[in-house]
Amino acid sequence: MKIQGYNPRDWKSHPPYHFEGYASSMKRAPLKRLAKMKQTLSEITGPLFGPEAVQPRDTDLTRNAGTDGEAMGERVIIVGRVLDEDERPVPNTFIEIWQANAAGRYHHEVDQHRAPLDPNFIGAGRCMSNEKGEYRFLTVKPGPYPWLNHPNAWRPSHIHLSLFGPSFVTRLVTQFFFPGDPLIPMDPILNSVPSKSGRQRLIASYAHDVTEPEWALGYRFDIVLRGRQQTPFESDGR
Amino acid sequence: MKQTPSQTVGPFYSLGLTQKRMNVLASDATLGERIRIEGYVFDGDGQAVPDAMVEIWQANAYGRYNHPDDKQEKPLDPSFLGWGRSGTDKMGVFSFETIKPGSVPGPDESVQAPHINVTVFARGMLVHAYTRIYFGDEPGNATDPVLSSIKTKVRRQTLIAAREEKNGKPVYRFDIRLQGENETVFFDM
Ligand SMILES: [Fe+2]
Repeated sequence: MKIQGYNPRDWKSHPPYHFEGYASSMKRAPLKRLAKMKQTLSEITGPLFGPEAVQPRDTDLTRNAGTDGEAMGERVIIVGRVLDEDERPVPNTFIEIWQANAAGRYHHEVDQHRAPLDPNFIGAGRCMSNEKGEYRFLTVKPGPYPWLNHPNAWRPSHIHLSLFGPSFVTRLVTQFFFPGDPLIPMDPILNSVPSKSGRQRLIASYAHDVTEPEWALGYRFDIVLRGRQQTPFESDGR
Repeated sequence: MKQTPSQTVGPFYSLGLTQKRMNVLASDATLGERIRIEGYVFDGDGQAVPDAMVEIWQANAYGRYNHPDDKQEKPLDPSFLGWGRSGTDKMGVFSFETIKPGSVPGPDESVQAPHINVTVFARGMLVHAYTRIYFGDEPGNATDPVLSSIKTKVRRQTLIAAREEKNGKPVYRFDIRLQGENETVFFDM
């Protein structure tokens, strides 16, 4: 049967599994050579989520804590497009996000950072890209937070994102950063990305056209998933 | 355009990804043999990983994927999407309640043995890993094109879940070893 596959993972863009600077990767990195597999029907299909996966309040993290209150912090509007490597929009794809609050603490039992929790902020949201691949959510800018990777280690402000795209092989989990953050050059997780241009692509840009007067600052973060190969191949397994 | 680089899910992914229970794929209406899949995720020291996350994608009982690019003339099951997600618990265990998939076509008129496609995430994993679950009691494993591409039996064995019975119900045990001598086969595709 004819299979129209997706481009391979671009290992010049993605980090290696094993990255010295990131201590937790040492024992959790596969070290044997990955087995090459030609894509089959199993790989070019994948879960597609309908609009019911997202409720309207899921895109507003400043008000989705189930309280009547509004989250504390610097309100930010995050917009962007989900594209493939050929710059084609990836429409109707499910996006999940999570982040620390403005003080740099996650609403999570494992997070014991001595910073206040915000009763009006959970820090989780979801949205769906539209027909043009565009997405948008409203939140507060997360604070930096300490971690134990090395002495005096701090994560720069960042927001985690999870995306599916059209197939099993287009799955992506990543995180993006805010421009001008002095912690960015020291962050081992961002520095695991092998190229400077790759690291740059994980930093959102300030978008004055998205900023709304007397309301919130705008940032733009575009996401590029694996593109589709042009010609279907008779998958021959060799 | 270049692919957006992957980053780890980090230690707090459950906040964004596993607040809802998503590891039950089969409802009462779903066709097929009910099975449970469970296993540990282990690190290179053999320690269980309590902050990993496993996602699965599978065909329905007929061997058809719920996706527009699967154009086979097999029936869709309206009560089966075929996708699930499970975080590991404090003991490092994940689990799914699903059905056994049918077989799907492979390259060159070949048939792939029933299998489940797996994605593994964890704190400490900068890039997710891809693997597959095959079923120990399936004769089709012997001719499966992907299994056959793994040259040694020891490596192949890491992809095969053993069938057990628990309280009269079939359970397939599938442990994922991220690193080490018995490291699970992970794919690049
Ligand atoms: Fe984080």
